[in-house]
Amino acid sequence: MKLKTPLTEKKTKELKAGDKVYLSGYVYTARDQAHKRLYKLIKNNEKVPIDLNNSVIYYTGPAPARPNQAIGACGPTTSYRMDEYTPALLKRGLKGIIGKGPRSKEVLESLKENKAVYFAAIGGTAALLSQKIIESKIVAYSDLETEAIRLLKLKEFPLVVINDVYGNDYYEIGQNKFKETR
Amino acid sequence: MRKIDSEIITKEIKEAVQTANYSLEQNLIQKLKTAANKEKSDLGKNVLKELIENAKIAREENIPICQDTGIVVIFAEVGNNVKINGDLNEAINYGIKIGYNEGYLRNSVVEDPFKRENTGDNTPAIIYTDLVEGDRLNLKILIKGAGSENMSKIKMFKPTSTKKEIIDFVVETVEKAGANACPPYILGIGIGGTFEKAALLSKKALVKDYQEDSYIEDLESKILKEVNKTGIGPAGLGGNTTALGVNILTHPCHIASLPVAVNVNCHASRHIKISI
Repeated sequence: MKLKTPLTEKKTKELKAGDKVYLSGYVYTARDQAHKRLYKLIKNNEKVPIDLNNSVIYYTGPAPARPNQAIGACGPTTSYRMDEYTPALLKRGLKGIIGKGPRSKEVLESLKENKAVYFAAIGGTAALLSQKIIESKIVAYSDLETEAIRLLKLKEFPLVVINDVYGNDYYEIGQNKFKETR
Repeated sequence: MRKIDSEIITKEIKEAVQTANYSLEQNLIQKLKTAANKEKSDLGKNVLKELIENAKIAREENIPICQDTGIVVIFAEVGNNVKINGDLNEAINYGIKIGYNEGYLRNSVVEDPFKRENTGDNTPAIIYTDLVEGDRLNLKILIKGAGSENMSKIKMFKPTSTKKEIIDFVVETVEKAGANACPPYILGIGIGGTFEKAALLSKKALVKDYQEDSYIEDLESKILKEVNKTGIGPAGLGGNTTALGVNILTHPCHIASLPVAVNVNCHASRHIKISI
């Protein structure tokens, strides 16, 4: 199905684990170092440099763009590294996360509690995904270079819903279907 | 003595790192196609098709296959009749610097593990040098992403441990990697040697291009079969293609030990061989 940002609770409630989604609109990028900084600000009750309300964060560190490109190769990085920082961001209004790989118990609970959704982009399809990004600009922490926070405009960016707001986990569901006894 | 100019090494490395990052090797694409035909999961089949499509876009548009353009690992074999005019490590690193900057490849290396400042040119490479007979300089170049590297494991087995225990350890390692490291995987396995030798062998196994022994080949097939029963599947969305290949290298070891290292690689096994 097609989906547009901002991601409101009304929209996240319609998504089910295993759904294939094509996302359009604006999302932020942030990975390890940016998360560490955002978390510190939130812990100190300070303002963060991006508007998290109904927002989506994509865990990625893109390759540099050639002159004719909006962005270079841009696939997902592994999500568990952001686990300890994620619940704080969800509490501040983050409604969608794009990454790859399973999340911690704390993140899963927080997703449910805050009516937020975790999507997987397919790791290893960075060249293909870069063509679904039509704009990119750095909006915070430019000193982090590839790890800076960018605002991307997506056009029908392909995703799979892994964790929906109802507590379903598609990694578990999908893998159990094909597990064979050894 | 055959003389090799360090500028030639730099030029060859520059081209090699770009080619490896843009072009997935044909036999790997063939493996992905075969897997796509056999995959039982619809989502999994779709992922495999996207990986093939991604490789096509990357090659045609000179876009890296993955945004994680890796740390460069190089196995250098220097012939004993070769005289390099200049410093081998410097020549390699200079080639990487130019190759990454001119090729729009991501710089993913930090200078210090604690301070974590990017070196800005994806150097230094991890370089292993062996002296061999002959008058050639052979370089095996591996572009290694961290998502899969982080899921790699080593275990010191007892010398009386069975093959089954080793297979179980590999399967557990893959289960722990799960969806994290971009399956379907290529597994490099080092068996024997010492603690560090097994780890090194597991990395070298990822660029293995010969078969040691038929019983090793049997073990590779057995492990591949067992790993593909985990259900993890392409991108971890479920399926019967969890790994595309298993490569084992072995080495003599102490009577009291049996080290086993598993180096996990994603489907984008980016490596290239050059001979100067």
